[in-house]
Amino acid sequence: MQGGAASAVPPDEIKAIPVRHPGRWVAGLVVAFLAVAVIGSMATNKRFGWSVVGHYFTEHTIVHGLFVTLELTAAAMAIGIALGVLLAVMRLSPNPLVSGISWVYIWFFRGTPVLVQILFWNFIGALYPTIAIGIPFGPQFAHVNLNSIITPFVAGMLALGLNEGAYMSEIVRAGIISVDEGQTEAAQALGMTRLLTMRRIVLPQAMRVIIPPTGNETISMLKTSSLVSVIAVTELLYAGQIIYARTYQTIQLLIVVSIWYLIFTTVLSIGQYYLERHFARGSRTARQSVFQTWLPFLR
Amino acid sequence: MTAMVKAEAVHKSFGRLEVLKGVSLEVDPGQVMCILGPSGSGKTTFIRCINHLEKINAGRLWVDGELVGYRQSGDKLYELRDNEVARKRTEIGMVFQRFNLFGHMTALENVVEAPIRVKKLPRETAVRAATDLLERVGLADKVDNYPSQLSGGQQQRVAIARALAMEPDILLFDEPTSALDPEMIGEVLDVMKGLAHTGITMVVVTHEMGFAREVGDRIVFMDDGRIVEDAAPGAFFAAPRSERARSFLSKILSH
Ligand SMILES: Nc1ncnc2c1ncn2[C@@H]1O[C@H](COP(=O)(O)OP(=O)(O)OP(=O)(O)O)[C@@H](O)[C@H]1O
Ligand SMILES: [Mg+2]
Repeated sequence: MQGGAASAVPPDEIKAIPVRHPGRWVAGLVVAFLAVAVIGSMATNKRFGWSVVGHYFTEHTIVHGLFVTLELTAAAMAIGIALGVLLAVMRLSPNPLVSGISWVYIWFFRGTPVLVQILFWNFIGALYPTIAIGIPFGPQFAHVNLNSIITPFVAGMLALGLNEGAYMSEIVRAGIISVDEGQTEAAQALGMTRLLTMRRIVLPQAMRVIIPPTGNETISMLKTSSLVSVIAVTELLYAGQIIYARTYQTIQLLIVVSIWYLIFTTVLSIGQYYLERHFARGSRTARQSVFQTWLPFLR
Repeated sequence: MTAMVKAEAVHKSFGRLEVLKGVSLEVDPGQVMCILGPSGSGKTTFIRCINHLEKINAGRLWVDGELVGYRQSGDKLYELRDNEVARKRTEIGMVFQRFNLFGHMTALENVVEAPIRVKKLPRETAVRAATDLLERVGLADKVDNYPSQLSGGQQQRVAIARALAMEPDILLFDEPTSALDPEMIGEVLDVMKGLAHTGITMVVVTHEMGFAREVGDRIVFMDDGRIVEDAAPGAFFAAPRSERARSFLSKILSH
């Protein structure tokens, strides 16, 4: 009797002995040995000057520089993302003038080095010392002194943000295109306008495609922001440079700066993991991330 | 009595391909009209024209006495703006072959989205109405599920509830059961049968002959962008007049 045979299997949860992975243990031992060797050599090599690194790690100038870097990254990314969404929606507009403007913007800002853009914004005051607001060739209502508004920090923020907008717009556009057209049609059939459809239906679903490269861009921005050291904004790298120009402890200060960059790129990666999880709502495919595996152990 | 839908010599081309070659018909309020026809005959294109998802190239199309997509003043036609087209679409519900539920929203959120955002109903009112609708289509226990957690038949029933939530005067169905496994077709057709008795106007593109015969007030048979036959279901299924309808029916009914 087949039914009897089937019901003879105990209904307990399966507790099988897992497959052994001896290769993993060997690889683990090799990695552990190499790690100890490298760390050991770095720790015992006097020329690294770890005590100097420790001393400057929380030094006032460095911490101040760190905050400037974080501010600059946050502000530039905020400008970049807002501008990116705007440019992407414009680029997909049926109005040829609107999409043309977006195309020209992206062409210009992607086509010139960001370092040049930073220098340009810094010297904009030389091109336009004052800006007059009014009717062209007619009466003017207000004068703005650009030299006093465009400080090096503002110049850096504008340059990085406006440049980022061009890149973000392509990322957002790819996200928008990835959303099935049926979603737009269903929304329109319900009487939603183009903009409402974009805001409520398309963009939220585009997020799954937009977030990973945006995380990448943010991490990249954290480091690219060090370029504004050329216009003497005291961000993290420039803070380090100021100190080693005085003390000649170049390597130690570069290590300090690098460790800080590493710490914050790690923080950003973890933030990205949680954001991705949030926007994966309603999707069947579970996301596998390195954090999914390791975060539970860290808690 | 103004017709719910009135088409006069509607033409539609995609580039050089002429898909609708002069379609004229009237659908009375409360009528259930089923559109049959072979693949590529223009059925989908025609019902998409009714809510202006496709722009017609020639002819005139009215819904509830108002021109679709245009405003006429004297003998000039003015294109409607995006928000004017959108407003008119609120009176026309549409159910798609591939459901097109919003993937990032639960069943309930799918249904309340347009009432809240477009009709500006207070959230509680919309949620109450949506819960009732989902119960009516037999999904009271699935309100918090995402589309990916629902079967095809369940998704299509949510899509019907979503269309009904806007309280449209007319519902368009484009092969609502074609993407479904056989055992799920019945549950969707049952919901549609229930609707047919409520007095809402329905235009249904379908290959379900049983549904067309039982529920339809009228059968329109299309072939090659034209209406070939327009008859009561009894007459149509008993003795189609045209050769093309006859061969279509014999092919469909033979398996
Ligand atoms: N967006 C489009 N661009 C170009 N051609 C199209 C487009 N949509 C439809 N067509 C063509 O128009 C014709 C009619 O298509 P339609 O989808 O209306 O047919 P149908 O009667 O609904 O067929 P089916 O029963 O297969 O759904 C087909 O030849 C199709 O290839
Ligand atoms: Mg079709």
